[in-house]
Amino acid sequence: MSWLHLMILVPFISALFVPFIYNRFTPKLHIGWIMLLVPLSIFVYLFQFISDISNGFSYLETVPWLPAYDINFTTYIDGLSLVFGLLIAGIGSLVILYSIYYLSKEREALHNFYIYLLLFMGAMLGLVFSDNIYVLYVFWEITSISSFLLIAYWYERERSRYGAQKSMLITIFGGLAMLAGLIMLSLMADTNSIREMVNHASIIFEQSLFIPALILILLGAFTKSAQFPFSIWLPDAMEAPTPISAYLHSATMVKAGIYLVARLTPVFGGSAEWFWIVSSVGLITLLYGSVNAVRQTDLKALLAYSTISQLGLIMCLLGLGSVALFFGQASESAVYAVAIFAAIFHLVNHSTFKGCLFMVIGIIDHETGTRDIRHLGGLMGLMPVSFTLTIIGSFAMAGLPPFNGFLSKEMFFTAVLNASEMTEFKIGWFGAILPFLAWIASVFTFIYCMVLVFRTFRGKVRPGRLDKKVQEAPAGMLISPIILAAFVIIIFFIPNVFAHYLFIPASLGVLPSFAGTGNLDIRISAWHSWLTPELWMTIGVIVLGTLLYLTLRRWVRLYFLYPQVITFNNLYDFGIAITQDVSRWITNRYMTGFIRDYLVYIFTFLVIIVGGGFWLFNGFSFDSSQDAPITFYEVGIVLGMVATALTVLFSNSRLTSIIAVGGLGFLIAFFFVLFQAPDLALTQLVVETITTALFLLCFYHLPKLRKEISRVPFKIGNAIVALAGGAVFTLVALSANGHRVFDSISGYYKDSFPLAGAKNMVNAILVDFRGVDTMLEILVLTIAGMGVYTLIKLRLAGGDKNEGTE
Amino acid sequence: MKEPNDVIIRSVTKVAVVIIFTFAINLFVSGHHQPGGGFIGGLAFTSAILLLFLTFDLETVRSKFPVDFKVVAASGVLIAVLTGAGSMILDMPFLTQAFGHIDLPVFGQTEIATAVLFDVGVALAVIGTGLTIIMSIGDDR
Repeated sequence: MSWLHLMILVPFISALFVPFIYNRFTPKLHIGWIMLLVPLSIFVYLFQFISDISNGFSYLETVPWLPAYDINFTTYIDGLSLVFGLLIAGIGSLVILYSIYYLSKEREALHNFYIYLLLFMGAMLGLVFSDNIYVLYVFWEITSISSFLLIAYWYERERSRYGAQKSMLITIFGGLAMLAGLIMLSLMADTNSIREMVNHASIIFEQSLFIPALILILLGAFTKSAQFPFSIWLPDAMEAPTPISAYLHSATMVKAGIYLVARLTPVFGGSAEWFWIVSSVGLITLLYGSVNAVRQTDLKALLAYSTISQLGLIMCLLGLGSVALFFGQASESAVYAVAIFAAIFHLVNHSTFKGCLFMVIGIIDHETGTRDIRHLGGLMGLMPVSFTLTIIGSFAMAGLPPFNGFLSKEMFFTAVLNASEMTEFKIGWFGAILPFLAWIASVFTFIYCMVLVFRTFRGKVRPGRLDKKVQEAPAGMLISPIILAAFVIIIFFIPNVFAHYLFIPASLGVLPSFAGTGNLDIRISAWHSWLTPELWMTIGVIVLGTLLYLTLRRWVRLYFLYPQVITFNNLYDFGIAITQDVSRWITNRYMTGFIRDYLVYIFTFLVIIVGGGFWLFNGFSFDSSQDAPITFYEVGIVLGMVATALTVLFSNSRLTSIIAVGGLGFLIAFFFVLFQAPDLALTQLVVETITTALFLLCFYHLPKLRKEISRVPFKIGNAIVALAGGAVFTLVALSANGHRVFDSISGYYKDSFPLAGAKNMVNAILVDFRGVDTMLEILVLTIAGMGVYTLIKLRLAGGDKNEGTE
Repeated sequence: MKEPNDVIIRSVTKVAVVIIFTFAINLFVSGHHQPGGGFIGGLAFTSAILLLFLTFDLETVRSKFPVDFKVVAASGVLIAVLTGAGSMILDMPFLTQAFGHIDLPVFGQTEIATAVLFDVGVALAVIGTGLTIIMSIGDDR
C-alpha cells in the first residue's frame, strides 16, 4: 500500500471520524476548519508530483485486491490524472473554506454535509487515479450516490429531492451502460488495466464489439458530463447548497465524464465513430447550453446552462483532437493535437472562473435572499468586491482579455478551423459549418455573460423586492472566490508556465504516442497578429454579442415561440409518472396481504423454474448405486419427523405447532450426529433453540387460534401447489446423487492445516478459504437485524400515521 | 412479559447460564481445531442471554447487561471487514489470512491466527444481530 492509495482513502477514513469530531466540538468550532485539512494536505501531497510528472515520469502502484479476477487496487498518476487530482483537492479546499462561512453551524446538519462531501471527494480522487476499470467503476458510482446525497442535502424541500432523484436516475443509468461497455472492453483487451488497454489499442480496434463498447461507455460519460440530451439533470441539481454546486457542478463531478473520454481517447481515438459522436454531441451541447442560458432568470440556472455549454465545448475539443491518433506520430497530426491541449487548458480555466462565479452567486443569494435576475439590480455600489469578481469570472467565460478564458477560447477557434480543413472521415459539410456553429455558440456565451454581470449589478436597486438589507459579504466568504479570480488573471499572464508543468503532461496522457516527439510543445500567446482569423472571430463575437445584448428585450420573446411542452424534461417527468403507475398497478395485482397467497406464488415459481429446468435438461436421473444402507435409527428419526410435521398441520394451538417445528429441527440435528458432522449438529441445535424461542416471542402477541380459521375449506389449487412443490423437492433431492459432473472440491480443503493452520476444516473454510462469503453473510445478517429493529421500532414510535400512503 | 414465578427454572437458569457462557467461549476459542467457531460460539452466547430473557424480565436483564446490541453487530461487521482490509496494507490481497506460533508462559506453544480475529467479528455480528431481533420483538407490545 503506497501513499497514493492512502491519499485516496484519507477522505473516506476521515468521513468515519466526522460524527465523533462533530459531537466533541460542535458548539465552539465550525467543523469545516478541521475538514479543511483533508483536501489541503492532499493538495500539498499532489503538488510535489508536478515537477516529476512534467519531466515525463508516471507512477503505477498496485495493491492486490482480488487477483484471481484481475481486480486490483491499482493507482496510476500521470499528467492527466494529476491535473484532475489537483483540481479536486484544490477546489475542494476552497469550497470547504467557503462553506465555513456559508453554512451556519447553528442551523445546518453540518456533520452530514462534510461526510457526504468527503465521500464525494474520495470517490472523485479514486476515479481519476484508478487504473483498473472495475475499481474505476466502483468509484464512479460512489460519486453518483454521494452527489445524490449532497444534492438532497436540504431534503425537506421537494425540489431538492426531485433534483437529486433525477440526477441519480440519469447518471446511474449511464453508469450501468458504461459498466457493460467496460466489460466488453476488458473482454476485447483481455485485461482490466487501462494502461494495458492503451497498449493493445490496435487489437481492440479490429474487434466486432468495438462499436457497442464505444457507444455504451460514451453513454456513461455523456450522462455524467450532462451532455445533450442528458443535460436535463444539471439545472435541477442546482437545488443543492451553493458550495456543493460550486464543487460538484463546476469543478469535479461533471468533469468525470470528460476525464473518462480523455482517458479512453488513446483506446478509441482515431476511429471515425469516436470522432463523430464525441465532437458532434459536444457541439450540440455547446449550442444548446449557450442558447438556453440566455433566457434563464435564475442566476444559478443560468450558470447551470453555461456549465452544460462549456462542458460541450470541452467534449467537442476532445472529439476533434482524437483525430490526431489516426496518424500515429506523423507530424501532420500535431495540428489536431492542439484541440486536446485546448480541451485540458479550457477545463482548468473553466474550473477557475466557474468556481469563482458559483461562489459569488452564492454570496449574492446569501446577502440578498434571492437569485432572480428580475429582482436584482444595482448591486454594484453595495457589493463592490463581488462585482469585481463577477466581472473577472464572466469576462473570462465570455473569452475576453486579459483573462484566461480568452486564451483557451482562441485555441478553441484554432482547433475548429483546423478541423474544418481536415480530409479524413468524410467531414464534408460538417467541416464547413463547424466554425460557424462554434462562433454562434460563442456569441450566445458572450450574451449570457453580459446578462450575468450587468443585469445583476447595474441599474436601480429595488429594496422592496429583496428580503434583506444588502451589504458586502464577510471577508471569509470572499477569500475562496478571490483566490480563484486571481488564478484567472495569473493564468492569462503566465500561461506557458502552467502549460509546461500541467497542460502538456496532461495532453500527453491523452496522446501517449506523442511523448518525446516534441509535437505537443505548444506555446500559448495572447497576441498572434492582425491577420489571424481567430482574432476576427473574437472581435465578431464581441460586436454581435454587444448588439444582441443591448436588444435582448426585443428578441427574447422568440424563445417562447418554441412550444414548452416538447422538452426532454417533460419526457423525463412523463416517463417517471408512467413507470410509477405501471409498477403500482402490477404491485396491486399480487400484493394481496395474505401469506397464503405469497407462499402459493413462491412455490409455483419454484416448481416451474426448478422442476421445469430439471425436466427440460433431463436432470431427473437417479443413481442409488453409491447409497449407504438405511439403518434402523434413520428410519426412526424419519418417522419422528413425519409425526412432528403432521402435528404442525393439525394442531389447534399455536404453541403446539411451534414446539413441533422445533422438534422437527432437533430431529434433523440428530441426523447430523448420525452422519458424524458435529459442527452442523451443534449449529442446528442452537439455531433451532433460538428460532423456537423467537417464534414463541412473536406468537405471544398474536391472538389465540380460533376454531373457524382452522376449518379452512379444502382448496384444490393449494393442494396441487403443495403436492407439486413437495414432489419436485423430493425428486431434486433424489437426483442430486445422480449428478457428479465434476470431481469433488473437498480434496483441496483437506490441506486446511498446512494452508490455514486449522485442524477444523469447517472453520477454516468459513473464516479463511471462503472468508468473503462469511464476511458478506454476516453483513446480510446484520442488515436483516437492523431491518427488523427499524420496522418494529418505527411502528412503535408512532409510525402508524404513515400508513395509508396508498 | 408476565411476571414469572417458576422457582425451578430460575434456580436452574442461574447455574445453567454460567455453564452455557463457558461453553460458548470454549466453542469459540477451540473453533480453530475442534468443532466450534465464531458463528456457533456467538449463537450459544445468544442462547444463554435468551434463556435469561425467558426466565427473568426483559428490563431486569437489560439493566444488568447494559449493552447496545446494534452497536455490537455493527462493530462485528466492521472488525471482519477491517481484518480483511488489513492484509491490503501489507500489499496482500483482500482477506488474506496468516498464522504463526508463539510461546506463551502458561499455555505453552500457542497458535496465533489472524483468522481468529476475523472470527471475533463473526461472533459479535451474530450475537448483536440475534439479540437485536429478539429484544425488538420482545419489547413490542
